[in-house]
Parts: sequence; C-alpha cells; structure tokens
Amino acid sequence: MENIRINGIKAGYSEKVVIEDLTIDIPLGKTTAIIGPNGCGKSTLLKSLGRILNIKKGAIYLNGKEIHGMPTKELATKLAILPQSPTAPEGLTVEELISYGRYPYQKGLGKLNEEDKKIITWALAATNLEELRYEAVDNLSGGQRQRVWIAMALAQETDVILLDEPTTYLDMAYQLEVLELLEELNKDYKCTIIMVLHDINLASRFSDFIIAMGSGKIIKAGYLTEVMTTEVLKAVYRIQANIIKDPDTGCPICMSYGLLNKERNKKLVRRGA
Amino acid sequence: MKNKVKAKKINKSRSLITTVILIAGFILLFIFMLISITQGAAAIPLSTVIEAFTNFDRDNSSHLLVMDMRLPRIIGAAFVGSGLAVAGALMQGMTRNPLADTGIMGLNSGAGLAVAICFAYFKGASYFQIVLVSFLGAAIGAAMVYIISNLVPGNNHPMKLVLAGATVSTLLSALSQGIALNSNVALNVTFWTMGSVAGTNWNQIKLALPVIVTAFIGSVVISRGVSAISMGEEVALGLGVKIKLIKFLGTMFVVLLAGTSVAIAGAVTFIGMIIPHFSRFLVGPDYRLIIPVSAVLGALLLVTADLFSKTFSPPTELPVGAVIALLGVPVFLYFARKQKGDL
Repeated sequence: MENIRINGIKAGYSEKVVIEDLTIDIPLGKTTAIIGPNGCGKSTLLKSLGRILNIKKGAIYLNGKEIHGMPTKELATKLAILPQSPTAPEGLTVEELISYGRYPYQKGLGKLNEEDKKIITWALAATNLEELRYEAVDNLSGGQRQRVWIAMALAQETDVILLDEPTTYLDMAYQLEVLELLEELNKDYKCTIIMVLHDINLASRFSDFIIAMGSGKIIKAGYLTEVMTTEVLKAVYRIQANIIKDPDTGCPICMSYGLLNKERNKKLVRRGA
Repeated sequence: MKNKVKAKKINKSRSLITTVILIAGFILLFIFMLISITQGAAAIPLSTVIEAFTNFDRDNSSHLLVMDMRLPRIIGAAFVGSGLAVAGALMQGMTRNPLADTGIMGLNSGAGLAVAICFAYFKGASYFQIVLVSFLGAAIGAAMVYIISNLVPGNNHPMKLVLAGATVSTLLSALSQGIALNSNVALNVTFWTMGSVAGTNWNQIKLALPVIVTAFIGSVVISRGVSAISMGEEVALGLGVKIKLIKFLGTMFVVLLAGTSVAIAGAVTFIGMIIPHFSRFLVGPDYRLIIPVSAVLGALLLVTADLFSKTFSPPTELPVGAVIALLGVPVFLYFARKQKGDL
C-alpha cells in the first residue's frame, strides 16, 4: 500500500470547518502539488496531513497506519512538515537549526551522537549549505533560509516531506533554487514531496501529481495532464485559461488568462450600480 | 571571510562560554554574598562573620545578626533572583515573546494581591499558607492576562500579551494598594509591591528552597522542548515535540517559581525580562544553556542589587525592586535597541 490515504476527513479551526468531507489517495515517491484559490483549504489539508491540525472526523493512513493515532515522536521519523515562512530565533546558526531535525531521535537533554552528526553533515551537503554552516540563519537570504529549513526536514530522515508554500516571499531565482532542490531530493533520495503552491506554472513544472481544490473540496486530482486543463482551471480559479506546452520542459503551462465572462459582467453591473 | 572564521569560533564555543560563565558566576556570587553579610545598618567585620559560622556564640549579638538576619536574607535574594530569571526564560521561550516576564504577565501582581489580602484580612496566616495563596494569586493573574489577550481579536502579536499584562498588573497592584491603605498595613504592603528581601527568615527559606530547586530541575529537563517551541509551535509539532505537556509543565514551573519568589520578596520586576535576554546574548538561543546561565546571573543581580540597596544610604534601605529597575532599564533599552525591529 504505497500511498497516503485520506479517508473522509473533516478539518478546520475551532470556530470554522474548512474541509467538510474529503477523500483522496496521494502516491508515495512522487512530488505532489496542492493548488487552489485563497481560503480553499489547501493549507488545512496539508496541516491535517502533518497532524498540526487535529481532524474532526475520518482518518489519514500512511502506508496503512493511522497517523493521528501514532505517537507524535514516531510520526516525526516518518513525516516532516515545514509551515509557511517559519522564523528562526535570533542568533541560531545554520548547523544548530538543522540539528533540531534530530529531535525525534533523541532522548533526555539531547546531546548529539556520532550518527546524528553524520546525518547533519549529510543534510548540509545535500542542500549545499556547508559553507554557511556556522552563519546565523537570520543573516541569510530568503532562498538560503528556506534551504536551511529543508535541511532540517532532511535531518529528520523521513520518507515524506510536507511544505506549505515553500516559495512565498521569494524572488523568482530563489523560487527555482528551492523547487530544484526539492526535485533533486525526490529523484536522488526517493523523498515524497507534498507541497502547497500558489503558482500553477511552477506546480506544473515541478510536480507529478496535482490536487486542485476549491472551497474545501477536491475539484480534480491526478497526473499533470489531467489537471492542467482549461476546464479544471475554470472550475478552480474561475478563469478562462489559455494552456500551451512549455517549449523547454514540455509541461502544460497557463500562458494567459482572463476572468470568466460571467464574472466580468457581474463586476461591471456592480460598478454601474 | 574573516567574519566567517569569527562566526565559527563563536558557534563552537557556546558550551564552553556557558561553562566559564557558570563557574565565574558561582565564584562571584559567593564573594558578593560574603561581602553582603558584612554590610548593613551596622558593618560586621569578615572575621566575626567567619567566627559566626565556625564557632557560633548564642550570646554574641553580631553572631545572631549574621545567622538569623543576614544569612537568610542573602540566601533568599539568591534564590528569588534565580527563580524569577528562570521563570522569565521559560515564559520567553514558550510564548516566543521577547518581552515576557513574570512581572509583565500579571504573575507578580496577582501573587502580590493575594499576599496583601492575606496580610490585611487573615493576620494569623502561617507562612506556608501565605505561599500557597501566593501560588494561587500568580496563577489567577496569569490566567487573567491570557484570557484577556485572547478575547482581543487579531493574531498573536507580542504586544497584545504585553498590553493585556500591563492592564491586569495595574489593576491588581492598585487593588493591593487600596487594601493596604484601607487596613493600615500600608508600610508592609508598599514594601511588597516595590520588592524587598529584607525580612527573609529561615522559615521562609526552608519552605521556598525545595520548591525553587525542584522547579529549576524541572525547567532544565524540559529545556530542549522549550527550545524547540521557541522555533514556532507548528515547527515543534512537526518535530514530534509534545507541546501541550511541555507548556503545561512549563507553566506550572513558572507559577511555582514566581509564586515562591513573590512570597519571599514581593514584586521584583525586570529580572525575569533582562536576565534571559542577557543570557541569550551571551550563549545563544538554546534554552538548555539559557536556563542555567539565567539562574546564576539572576541570583548575582539580585544579590548585588540588595547589597547596593543596603549600602547606598544607611541606615535606610532602598527597595531592591527600585534598584533593579534603575540598573535594569538602561540595560534593557540597550538590548531592545539591538534587537532587529521584530516588535
């Protein structure tokens, strides 16, 4: 059973249910992007998957094992989650931050053993951060900082890494830097990457599987070519999209788009009134 | 490049710096405590002090003064200082709020009000009862601040908790003053709201010491979890940190430390805010190092401030809380300015 099975979950915050009833299988070993408009429940889905949010109904299984029933420390060795734009305490160095990834493996006061040190060195190398090892995280650029957090997730030695909008607030070059790193981790270490992404073209370029959501429901989930269609984008974002094939990568991309005619008319009427 | 080498050295030596600070801190603390015992309304020569320890004479008034007044006072100062500093460190870590402090978050004024009520209306209360009431007051003060700051809509901005804390503290202190004026124990209570270790006796020490030591050991045990929480609750959850358990234990330790400290010395503010800041500046953001360093530096600060309050204009004493504020405000402003505008 090589998947994550989300079975009829109801999730949200104390005062507001965002997801009423959602069921989906996410393949392991692939890169999956969750897309959709603001407030559609994509972060809620990711947080439920990473047990940052408790679900109100239903169950989530990782390889057949229910994750919300698992001891949180054990789950942290199977699944890592990075929230949206995390901030490190001032003065924490790159290496120190990465060493927190070893938390679920440590006991007592948590002195690092040889194994821990080996894995931290490996995570530094995999994210190309060796030279910045002793720098304070708050002195780094946005892209470097995001790489440090990813390295911490790597030090957790999990098969699955969840990321909530890993490219927000980053310049285009840094966005690519982060997504290419994730692509490498998926190819070289068979990491399952599941991330919330805002930009559908980046989602198309860097993921195998896409979950398109709208108002707490899945509108379409499947492999790239099944989801990146005019119809799906119309249903998800209420736009009229013009989809072409990227000449460099061969992925479908949304070249231009406009508001649906109906929507535009509504707006005009409102303005007129 | 030069910068990089420097960074490397700093990082590698954090635990070494901690060891040095702890050893030097203990030595300084011992020396200051010894000096403090000789100082007061009447100076007692060091030889007499040593004699009081080695060859105690019940009929010698200097010996009695040393053993029954000055020794408990100075031990009380050391434990109150470290208790408040560790409580502040725990709160700053758990709330990710650099301004967190038992004074600002309503614990001190809550405990202060509870103790004032005890003084005014239950004059026969034993010291044990006063300490229990003080815990209760600290917990109620903290709960009020927490509830009020959560009633205000908006995200978890550090200032929100601070404003709620300031409001609650002002209210509770005003009530303490009112009770004091109304029941003719004004002098007693005023000293408590300003903070002083002058009246510490052995009974208080016997009761407070095990509580503070236990809470301190507990704080060290959860310090790794507190460090993880200081990276953000969602990050900590993802790392498998049992946040609820650690926050529950941490809050309990904070209430025990603050409640005991207030029961001994009244509302001494600022230590809980300044000392963890200073410790973080010295040893970095890891609470496994911040907590022990805060304990030693907190003790050192209160012992020094108490020495100053006794010797500034004898035979009158300044309230030690005022001395700390005097020393603390400039230091705090310095660190507040250094911090990169995240407030």
